[in-house]
Amino acid sequence: MIQTGTAVWFARHESRLAWRDWLAMMTAGKRERRRRLAIGILAFVIVMHVVAWFVVGSFAAAAPDKHMLVGITATLLLSWLLMVSQAMESMTRAFYARSDLDLILASPVAADKIFAVRISTVALSVATLALPLAAPFIDMLVVRGGVRWLGAYGVILAMGAAATALAVALTVGLFRAIGAKRTRLVAQVVAAVIGAAFVIGLQVAAILSYGTLSRTSILQSDAVLALSPDAGSVLWWPARAVLGDGTALVAVLALSFILLAAAVAIVAPRLGDYAIAASGIGRSPASRARRALAFRAASPRQALRRKEWLLLRRDPWLVSQTLMQMLYLVPPAVLLWRSFEAGGGALNLLVPVLVMAAGQLAGGLAWLTISGEDAPDLVATAPMPPRLVLRAKIEAVLAIIAVVFAPLVAVLAVASPWHALVTCAGIVIAAASATAIQLWFRTQAKRSQFRRRQVSSRVATFAEAFSSIGWAATAAIAAVSLWLAIAPAVMALIVLGGARYLSPRERYA
Amino acid sequence: MFQPLPPDIAQPQFALEIRGLVKRFERPAVDGLDLAVRTGELYALLGPNGAGKTTTLRMIAGLMRPDSGSIQVVGIDALADPVAAKRVTAWISDEPMIYDKLTPEEYLEFVAGLWGVEPALAQARAQELLAWLGLAPHARERCETFSKGMRQKVALAGALVHEPRLIILDEPLTGLDAGSARQVKSVLRERARAGGTVIMTTHILEVAERMADRIGVIAHGKLVAEGTLEELRRQAGNHASNNLGDGASLEDTFLALVAEPAEAA
Repeated sequence: MIQTGTAVWFARHESRLAWRDWLAMMTAGKRERRRRLAIGILAFVIVMHVVAWFVVGSFAAAAPDKHMLVGITATLLLSWLLMVSQAMESMTRAFYARSDLDLILASPVAADKIFAVRISTVALSVATLALPLAAPFIDMLVVRGGVRWLGAYGVILAMGAAATALAVALTVGLFRAIGAKRTRLVAQVVAAVIGAAFVIGLQVAAILSYGTLSRTSILQSDAVLALSPDAGSVLWWPARAVLGDGTALVAVLALSFILLAAAVAIVAPRLGDYAIAASGIGRSPASRARRALAFRAASPRQALRRKEWLLLRRDPWLVSQTLMQMLYLVPPAVLLWRSFEAGGGALNLLVPVLVMAAGQLAGGLAWLTISGEDAPDLVATAPMPPRLVLRAKIEAVLAIIAVVFAPLVAVLAVASPWHALVTCAGIVIAAASATAIQLWFRTQAKRSQFRRRQVSSRVATFAEAFSSIGWAATAAIAAVSLWLAIAPAVMALIVLGGARYLSPRERYA
Repeated sequence: MFQPLPPDIAQPQFALEIRGLVKRFERPAVDGLDLAVRTGELYALLGPNGAGKTTTLRMIAGLMRPDSGSIQVVGIDALADPVAAKRVTAWISDEPMIYDKLTPEEYLEFVAGLWGVEPALAQARAQELLAWLGLAPHARERCETFSKGMRQKVALAGALVHEPRLIILDEPLTGLDAGSARQVKSVLRERARAGGTVIMTTHILEVAERMADRIGVIAHGKLVAEGTLEELRRQAGNHASNNLGDGASLEDTFLALVAEPAEAA
């Protein structure tokens, strides 16, 4: 029997909640889906191991030269930044998602224990989240290259601990620097930017140097190898640990867990105060408009569009999500600029990236406007037919897509009118398709549930992704040959048809 | 506060007429309900949990389609022409339907836009309503910081900004403090005095007793009694097993009316 109120007791409580939360997320709370989930996971594990078998072939027995150290270190750094991003998200949630904090803070138990457990849980969860993708490759490296590769599992644990330590420091630093209210938004944006920055930075550098979107080209360049420290440098310890260097593995693990322990020891006793500060933001004086609002004439459709744009502009979640989407447009924009200078054929790469980004952005926006309606009854009782409500919401989404992508297409038109035309058509079709899918699978949800929108319908999520990919492929091929583009276009249409067929039937609004 | 409704608008005797309304889920939620609410009346619908009150109101508001029956809102067939019916109706649920990221002013501008109210008129009404409900000092603050009572008052202002002929409220006083509840009750009474019609559900029997012109008691999806408090007492007293005196409270009367036959015996 575990004594109540201890860290172990809290850990059991937290792990039970985390398990049920994960299960509910994966099965949408339906017990009958558990069997399918288990089969799906098994299939995923098998497929990933088969893929990994072929991918790791030449690396498994390779000597730990500088090329390899650079490659592994870059991969670890990329993964670690994503872990930091994930850990920051989790820490922000710990402060602001107050489902049980009131209960805990009001209880006579020392709050630092629960916060210490929660920080450790975050570390464990970010490491665990990396496993589904990393484990198959590590397993195949072990099978083909020997047990020395098992050190990679230790490095993942160390990365999770270090990423959480940094995320805790960053989040608490933000709390102190800019206060509880702004931290919520800034932490989300920082997390998004951290997650994307490394990939994008490498891509931009690669484009500027080599005119390609490949991330590996710059990592394997002579310039990078020449600038890299000697093979004995501390910088390569994580990579060496992955490659089976026991001393490096112990050092990396020790350093990471010391960092995590320090973060827990320093921050956990004060997290209660931060949580209380975060809870107080709801009661702090609200931001006020400077002058009285002059009511403007508007048809019901205009009123709905304006409302959607205003809410989207004021939605911190969307700001960070949109920022992510926009950040990924930076490399193609640089590529466009380079191609414009050189007149090269790299424009063909640009077309699918823009079309894909438009589809994904439209999907997110469409969910927010169509399903994420915080006052569904109000809109449903307005004196306008339901189809006009939906039309206004779709117009709001497509107008944003137009504003975001029109400048890029306009610049593209100067470089190549044909590519601009194909891109424009692709953007319109991809955005319309993603919006249509969200329309067919619309549900009633709070905007705050945006993060979990994928859970409501896996069919919709996959259909949206495959539709965007299909239209991106269609546009990419159409830029070269219209006839060949028919095949991916037909596939995208099949995806759409399947989604329509599987979507819930008409409902009364 | 409220101007009487313009005389040029036709005022039918009944602002709401329901005939044979049926809605089934796994079991009948509303089972052949007949109900008529007079124009200018404040009508309270009482009933135990699961009696079909909210389902009935949602069908009147156009949020749910009945399986059968008819609904007339100020003479408009709400099932045949829902848009026309919605134009003269306002719906307020117990959970205020507002947007956290909008200010009350912006919210009222949005609602006025949805109902196509002329901007100058809407602005004047909005200012009056915000002042009347004590929200003027917060008119330019985002609603995310508001308490439940303030949010309910914003929703109420939104419901009134387009001057509806029929206001439908589902448990409007749930979770409100005494001051907010009094303000809401006062607004509803004023609205009824100005010629508007109010139909509301409530669990607070005292509210129904003090505010309502007439009370309808619904059980198992059917109207089991209707009238003023006195009339309800008489109807309850007519049940052979009940022994209600003249001074019986609404609570006693209500419990007698909705009691299962065996329970009443």
